[in-house]
Amino acid sequence: MSETTIGGIAGRMPKFIRRADPAVLTAFACIVLLLFVGSLYSRSFLSPEYLLQQLKVASFLGVIATGMMLVILLGQIDLSVPWSVAVGAMMASAMAAFGPVGVALAIPFGIFCGVLIGIVNGIGVAYLRIPSMIITLATNAVAQGLMVVYTGGFSPQDSATGAMRYLATGFAIPGVPNAVIIWALIGAAMVFVLTRTGFGRAVYGIGNRERAAYLSGIDTRRVVMIAFAVSGGLSAFGGVLLAGYASKAAQSMGDAYLLPSIAAVVLGGTSILGGRGSYLGTVAGVILITLLQSILSVMQMPEAGRQIIYGVVIVAMLLLYGRAPASR
Amino acid sequence: MKDWRYWLAEQRGTLLAFGIFIAMFVIYTSNHPAGFTANVVQTASNKGVLLAFVAMAQTLVVITAGIDLSVGMIFTLTNCLASWLVIGTGIETAFGVVAVLGTGLLCGAINGAIVIYGRLQPIVATIATGAVYFGIALLLRPFPGGSVNEDLADALTGRLFGVVPASLVVLLAVVLLVWVPFSRSVLGRAAYAAGSSEMAAYMSGVPIRRGKFAAYALGGLLAAIGGLFLTFFTYTGDAAYASGNAYTLFSIAAVVLGGVSLFGGKGSAIGAIFGALAFRTIGDLLFVFDFDPLWQPLFQGVILLIAVSLGAFVLFRVRNRLEWFL
Repeated sequence: MSETTIGGIAGRMPKFIRRADPAVLTAFACIVLLLFVGSLYSRSFLSPEYLLQQLKVASFLGVIATGMMLVILLGQIDLSVPWSVAVGAMMASAMAAFGPVGVALAIPFGIFCGVLIGIVNGIGVAYLRIPSMIITLATNAVAQGLMVVYTGGFSPQDSATGAMRYLATGFAIPGVPNAVIIWALIGAAMVFVLTRTGFGRAVYGIGNRERAAYLSGIDTRRVVMIAFAVSGGLSAFGGVLLAGYASKAAQSMGDAYLLPSIAAVVLGGTSILGGRGSYLGTVAGVILITLLQSILSVMQMPEAGRQIIYGVVIVAMLLLYGRAPASR
Repeated sequence: MKDWRYWLAEQRGTLLAFGIFIAMFVIYTSNHPAGFTANVVQTASNKGVLLAFVAMAQTLVVITAGIDLSVGMIFTLTNCLASWLVIGTGIETAFGVVAVLGTGLLCGAINGAIVIYGRLQPIVATIATGAVYFGIALLLRPFPGGSVNEDLADALTGRLFGVVPASLVVLLAVVLLVWVPFSRSVLGRAAYAAGSSEMAAYMSGVPIRRGKFAAYALGGLLAAIGGLFLTFFTYTGDAAYASGNAYTLFSIAAVVLGGVSLFGGKGSAIGAIFGALAFRTIGDLLFVFDFDPLWQPLFQGVILLIAVSLGAFVLFRVRNRLEWFL
């Protein structure tokens, strides 16, 4: 994946292209290709309204994928996304039922519940050294169990607060949906943390070799724990936004976000083994996935076909540029 | 050390799972309103065997230090396929069974090919192939339905000689026909060696790629046997996303309870079978104690959380802090 593999053609290209990660470039090339295919299919595909709508839908996935990226950079994975999303949405809506105070606290409370799930994940991974894949599956199951007990197995009746709806569907700046602004803010914060702070360097260090990071004086366990807490919080925030978008929470509303969030991060060139990847890639991955979903729904593909194409495209793209180096 | 001590050390996880299962099953039957009767045992074993097959499938892959997050979806896919094919005259039914098992084997082989020859990470690759398998299942059965050869279904889910549950006999047969030959073959040892230390295994000339590939493919086959049995129990095919996901999750829980190391190279499918049976029994304990079934998902989740946290006890044996980081 280094520059040597690109060969002679790249050597004659402008500097900013030569320095870019080939995976990110491929992802952006695929976005252009998808837009082209979409515009062949429908005239309105390239209209600004449609593209802005896509960006708005993408921002929910973008918020969730931001947390996932942080965890994947550590070389871990967070499979508790589905029910972290649902917990965030349900708890925020539930809080809204408690009068004006509840309405004011709804969003922070939803995020707080997600952070709690993330902290349990973090304790398991960082201090108990349980493989992240397993502990996050387990907390996902526990969160699901808690929500089933709480809601009685049905979608809860509480509806989203005005603030949640405003964040997800309003327009603070004319023409730009609030959800997109939120994603941009969270993305900017993430870029700052990853590239300009010690915490960010520690994340990359741990992803490369936790042992070395530990020996250079980083409290690796605290960093891992914080990363999982942030991931849980962002998943729950994504759930809050989704609840605002649909104006209520629903059972299994998060199921549709696990594979896309992982796929968005990995398709954006972040190594699933950790330690390598840029936020720009994740942005590309999120837009790519959203456009793919959108094209499939514009083509009125049934759910079955969507799942198949989706899985095949992800495997195919990973085979293109996400392969591990040969072991010999 | 004596030979039996080595054997004991090797089988510790399996024996522990066996012990947990026996203890839980005694609590279960002694509190069951009907008591320890052939009927209760038959129902319990029919439910347990489904998970046992999926857990065996997961074990094969976990032994190679991989993970198969698509087992539940292979299980669902083969269930839907069986509800179309395993029907009609004897020959048609036999053809259907072979086709279903072949499909499972193919699904496992695709996973294996992508992970081993495509060099993708098992987690991401199997989540993606799982989506594909679920999509195919949905194509086959957009709505629950279909039917199955009921004579065969009743024979395999009934009782032999009025006492022994037939499903347990099938499970035993599968262990003898698939697991025992595999674990004693060169390929099986290669799978273990690859999970234990891939580099060392490669240096010693062990056929790690073929071993891992065989493990993934046979995992698909075992999941298909599970899917076939689900069809025999329910007489229908149903492409249910939640159920497929739950089986994937429970298979991991069963594998952990059964003493199979998630880092690979350690454990056996026998342990995972007892882990699966124990997990099912614990989940059903709620019913004999008259709890609201709504609590079952939470209860199973908590058991899973506790089971995986038990693995943390090895930390107490760590002398050098650097051993925290693998």
